[in-house]
Amino acid sequence: MKKLILASLILFGLTACSDPRSNARAVYLLLDTSGTYTQEMDKAQKIINYLLGTLDSGDSIAIARIDSGSFSEKDIIVRATFDDRPSTANQQKRLFKDKIDVFVKDTKRGSSHTDITGGILQASEFLHETGAGEKYVLIFSDLEEDLQKGHIRDFPISLPDIHVVALNVTKLRSDNIDPRDYLERLDLWEQRVYEAGGSWDVINDLERMDRLIAQR
Amino acid sequence: MFNEILAVWSNHAGISAAIWLTILVFVAYLGRGPAHALIRSTGQAMYVACRLFAASLKRLENGLHRRNKEVVLALGQEAAERIIEREFHRVNAVVTRDLSGYPALHRQISDTIDRIEEDYQAATDAPPLPPAWLEAVDSIASIPRTGDATVCSILDNIGKTLESAHQETQKAYRESTLERHKLLGAMQPQWRELGHSLARVKKTIDGLEERSEEIDRQMQSYEAIRNGEDSAARTLASSSLTQFFISTLVLIIAVFGGLINFQLIALPMSEMVGGASYIGPMKTSDIAALVIIMVEIAMGLFLMESLRITNLFPVIGSMDDKMRKRMVVITFAILAILATVEASLAYMRDLLAMDREALTQSLAGGTVVQASFRWIPSLGQMILGFILPFALAFVAIPLESFIHSMRTVLGIIGLAMVRAIAFTARLTGGSARQLSKMLINLYDLFIMLPLGIERLISNGIKRRKDDKSLTDYEEVYVEEKS
Repeated sequence: MKKLILASLILFGLTACSDPRSNARAVYLLLDTSGTYTQEMDKAQKIINYLLGTLDSGDSIAIARIDSGSFSEKDIIVRATFDDRPSTANQQKRLFKDKIDVFVKDTKRGSSHTDITGGILQASEFLHETGAGEKYVLIFSDLEEDLQKGHIRDFPISLPDIHVVALNVTKLRSDNIDPRDYLERLDLWEQRVYEAGGSWDVINDLERMDRLIAQR
Repeated sequence: MFNEILAVWSNHAGISAAIWLTILVFVAYLGRGPAHALIRSTGQAMYVACRLFAASLKRLENGLHRRNKEVVLALGQEAAERIIEREFHRVNAVVTRDLSGYPALHRQISDTIDRIEEDYQAATDAPPLPPAWLEAVDSIASIPRTGDATVCSILDNIGKTLESAHQETQKAYRESTLERHKLLGAMQPQWRELGHSLARVKKTIDGLEERSEEIDRQMQSYEAIRNGEDSAARTLASSSLTQFFISTLVLIIAVFGGLINFQLIALPMSEMVGGASYIGPMKTSDIAALVIIMVEIAMGLFLMESLRITNLFPVIGSMDDKMRKRMVVITFAILAILATVEASLAYMRDLLAMDREALTQSLAGGTVVQASFRWIPSLGQMILGFILPFALAFVAIPLESFIHSMRTVLGIIGLAMVRAIAFTARLTGGSARQLSKMLINLYDLFIMLPLGIERLISNGIKRRKDDKSLTDYEEVYVEEKS
């Protein structure tokens, strides 16, 4: 009887340890669709394909656009949580890729404003809902925020345990005149992310995507 | 702090240090006796403690050695008993199989010999005797012809009759010789049969002789073990070590086989139990794959036990034959089912790998290319998936050897460790005693200046005393003489 109780306790303990979400990863990719960034969509497509190849069963991914008001569910282009079964997950990835291909093909005109903060807030909300163990926000943008008149974004944001990575941060014409603008922009976002409880990284060379998420 | 203490006597560090050194030397000189006693007693105490520790370890070593010997001999005795039992079983099998038919064989040989004898008797050469009147007729036939035609004709007829009688006799003799040859020809297969029967008997007897020699050898070894001879224990320990290394090698090979098996079924298991759930740090699918492999190994163990190849579970070994045979069938059936499951999982793995490859190619922007002869690795994986469970079943044999020999190896390692610790303890004790002597000398070296002064003073006093006693002696001598 004692052995039975002990075995039950061990089984219970093992079951308690079993948390399908804690080992999962969730990625939220923000795509800047303002101005000339629409011409960079082929690079964004490569990043998405890399993510699809890296993420596994149980992981979540969402692709959203950054436009004039990004704190909105409507800005999420595609999202998915991959099925437990690898074969079904592969099917989901194919569908996901098809949707992204359509989006890239249809995106011709950029938005007039750039609400990066709103997009990050939306990403934070999505990532917390997934309950994943590893959370990533990838920002495919020049990080130059240009808010619509009346939009309020100058308040502290919360990004606990979220790893924020800025991808392909292009230099603006003004950055060439005074490169300090570019560095200040990066420092500003880094400081903002750290204050929000997250971690920060910048990857401009898309050949080094393996630094982004470790393959299992 | 140190600098402050150093500067107590003078601002000049050298002078201050010299004063401190003088004080230290003086104090050390005053405490020379107790300091020597302290160092000596500490060294002696450490020496005694280490010697005691080494002595107790020696007792432990002796106990361990005795225990190891007992274990080795017990294992050897068990193995020898098993071998002797097996040899007796073989002898029994030979006797039951071959010698049980010996009476029939004996009868067969006797019958054959009787038949040969009868045939021999029948084949005796008896030349036919000519008719009794033949000599009289021969005499008449040999009478010379004297011219009478009638007499000559009668004599010729007699001669012809005589010749025909000869021919008939020869014909009868030829026929009887032919008959005899036939009988002798019929005896040939009987001789051959007799030869074969005797060869069979010889082979059986030779086999029995070999077995009896082997039994004799094993019995000698068994007796040596029973007598607890050191040579037997050493031989058994050496044999155990060999067994240990061989079984370890085979187990390592089995572990690699298990890993390959795991790789074959881990991915498809995620299709069955899901690829996203974890138990602790491990994927549930990986654990499920491991469980399948473990179950296969367990079934292999039970199968080997039921077949009485290994003897790890006495309960299974002591089951009655009917139950044991049932167990053989059940475990083999489970093993076969698991092997089939593994083969199908291996095929599924190949399909999943192909699907993933196609997805990766499409994500990379390339067109999906179907590889030629793709069925070959698929078939290979399926065969591997089917064979590996059966191969893993045989792990029971090296595992048993490993477990049995490990006890001996652990005993030897334990003994070596105890010996090493005892040696270290003895070395430490001796070193401590020598160190205490060295420290005493070093102490004296440190206070050599006051010691030198003391020696000078004591020598001076002694000299004065000697001078005085000599003077007194001389005075007494002079007085006595005068």
